[in-house]
Amino acid sequence: MWRALAGGLGVALAAGPVGCFVVWRRMAYFGTALAHAVLLGVALGFLLEIEPTLAVLVVCFLFAGCLALLERHSPVAVDTLLGVLAHLAFAGGLVALAFMERVRVDLIGYLFGDILSIGAADLWLIGVTAAATLTAIAWQWRNLLAITIDPNLAAAEGVPVERVRLLLVFLLAAVIAVGMKIVGMLLVVALVIMPAAAARRIATTPEAMAAAAVAAGAVSVGAGLAGSLAWDLPAGPAIVLVAGLLFLAGLPVPARRARP
Amino acid sequence: MNAFPPANELFGGEASGGDPRHRGGRDSEHRGRPLVEARQVSVQLGQRRVLEAVDLTVHAGEIVTLVGLNGAGKSTLVRVLLGILRPDDGTATRAPGLRVGYSPQQVRRDPFLPLTVRRFLSLSALVVPERVAGALGEVGADAILDLPMAEISGGELQRVLLARALLREPELLVLDEPTAGVDIASQGELYDLVARIRDRYGCGVLLVSHDLHLVMAATDRVVCLNRHVCCSGPPRTIARDPAFVALFGQHLAEALAAYPHQHDHRHDALADPAPTGGRA
Repeated sequence: MWRALAGGLGVALAAGPVGCFVVWRRMAYFGTALAHAVLLGVALGFLLEIEPTLAVLVVCFLFAGCLALLERHSPVAVDTLLGVLAHLAFAGGLVALAFMERVRVDLIGYLFGDILSIGAADLWLIGVTAAATLTAIAWQWRNLLAITIDPNLAAAEGVPVERVRLLLVFLLAAVIAVGMKIVGMLLVVALVIMPAAAARRIATTPEAMAAAAVAAGAVSVGAGLAGSLAWDLPAGPAIVLVAGLLFLAGLPVPARRARP
Repeated sequence: MNAFPPANELFGGEASGGDPRHRGGRDSEHRGRPLVEARQVSVQLGQRRVLEAVDLTVHAGEIVTLVGLNGAGKSTLVRVLLGILRPDDGTATRAPGLRVGYSPQQVRRDPFLPLTVRRFLSLSALVVPERVAGALGEVGADAILDLPMAEISGGELQRVLLARALLREPELLVLDEPTAGVDIASQGELYDLVARIRDRYGCGVLLVSHDLHLVMAATDRVVCLNRHVCCSGPPRTIARDPAFVALFGQHLAEALAAYPHQHDHRHDALADPAPTGGRA
């Protein structure tokens, strides 16, 4: 149980600031597409006999890189492209897993998360990912904000726009790969965007919004796990339910304005 | 970027009159060293040839305005000159270490991004936070310093973008449609402001504008773009250029040719409903 809480908080820590950029840059659909590659990673993990979460991380990175490149030279509308590749990866993952007759995969666990089964290796991976994500975001904070506001302006001022954009895509892939363990691939994007969207109501600066998103994510994980313990709810959906309620509760509150 | 060609080579080329499109020359008292130069630049975006063998040089101390109809490639040329976009053919060179202040047409102002004008202005890497309020005062918008970016008007945004460009102490100021969303009285002010900035900082200015009347009043050299440079020169001569007349129409060109090249902004020509037609 404590492992579950620690893992959940670790993911919330990384998902907060990354989620803010996903909300600001309208990348929610990109995130959903990435999450669909999870099963492909699981299959690869079994095939190569490596830790599944690590394999998922690697596959999410590769998929993110492909998507980011294809997005720039897409022959069709970007949302169509994402929709095609996401479900192609998902179906591919399902078929690959079905082929491996010797392994029995807990499909439900990957689809909806299995936070209570978090092992020591998972916890390590989550910790390292969260630390690396926060470090990278803090290091590139100014550039990330600059490309969010206007890529042309950023480029004219010397920001390496493509590299920073790619960094953000990789960070999102990392958060999705480890967050998948907590709430599952179908709900992981919720863990990224809901706390960030809820945080907007109380934040007056981008930094405050990132911090508030971390707090909202942590509250969701804590309350969701508590609810799961008290009433025997499925943990992942309970966490997402709390995050969603936080967002809805904030809607009537007017967004705070900065005081001079 | 490639080393910039020596200045005498550039000037030598123009003095010999090798390029008949450069019929300017009289405005050369404004000219300092070349800041950016496009040579035979061609750009293909998808199936479309957006720029075709375009030559353009902006010197220190001069105001150059790009005019042209929609889709003429104005913003694309700006992006090439700034080094944001690589040309498919030809070269774009900038003076080594050139400090550029760029004001794009628009920036994202998402209500979900809590960002005040003050914070937006201090985001640029070269900016000293103490100078932010002063720069906004210089463009006459100090009242909106602590408003969220998402709540200011289009005209205020143009001033904020100009202030941000100025904060970089630019040697080259690039303004893409700085009068978009600005009311007609403030447009004149804005052009005066640009001229004052040029005089004060001695920077080169590259403007993109639809607003031909104001362009004529506050520009040293007009470059008319229609995928290629169809004509260029000082405002008064260019209005009589057959290529210019063919592009913008006889009526408008005549009105512009009559328009005095001064900075006093008697908007006689603007009383005519022609300006809406002029906004190509």
